[in-house]
Amino acid sequence: MRIEVQEAPFDFAAEVARFEAGLAGMGAVVTFTGIVRDHAQGGLQVMEIEHYPGMTAQAIEKIAGEALARWDLGDVLVIHRYGLLTPGERIMMVATAAPHRADAFAAADFLMDYLKSRAPFWKKEITERGADWVAAKDADEAALDRWT
Amino acid sequence: MDVLYFARVRERIGLPRERVETDAATVTDLVEELRAREECYAAAFADLSALRVAVDQELTDFDAPLAGAREVAFFPPMTGG
Repeated sequence: MRIEVQEAPFDFAAEVARFEAGLAGMGAVVTFTGIVRDHAQGGLQVMEIEHYPGMTAQAIEKIAGEALARWDLGDVLVIHRYGLLTPGERIMMVATAAPHRADAFAAADFLMDYLKSRAPFWKKEITERGADWVAAKDADEAALDRWT
Repeated sequence: MDVLYFARVRERIGLPRERVETDAATVTDLVEELRAREECYAAAFADLSALRVAVDQELTDFDAPLAGAREVAFFPPMTGG
């Protein structure tokens, strides 16, 4: 398991290559990348991501640990950024490796649902009209019920 | 103990963290003490259903005990990913 919480951008291709290079006997790697998306109406200038430095990495480790216990996985990688990001930039990525694809897909899906609502990050959108916090969606909370 | 505030809660209270001397037995008791301080605290803690709490960096509930706790953090529902 590798968890990185960082301000700096990451090189997705290099991270995937490094993740794959550490594997043995794994037939499937699934990756997910989250990207800063402009509003449908446009105008997003910056997304600011705040986090809880003392808690963030250990909260993600706990979520990844649950995935490792639940599915037959070889490894898990999570990289999540904080700070100021512009539209089109990568916010985060998840990679899962498993002997077979069903476990890799399910674990990546689980990790994303939990990272969304249980890792201590808060997004603020800065537009020409001002700045406002992104509200958590009821659907994101409801998504966790799939796993209980 | 250290009390930390994040995101909108931090903005409402105007501080990222502060040292609080308290005998509060539970998180709810601590919230009642903070609410009584000033209007900005009352506003920040007006709707607990819109808040989350972590004690010693673990997510928990508002009825969690505070005996021995070193750090309590209040924040809105998280928006990671």
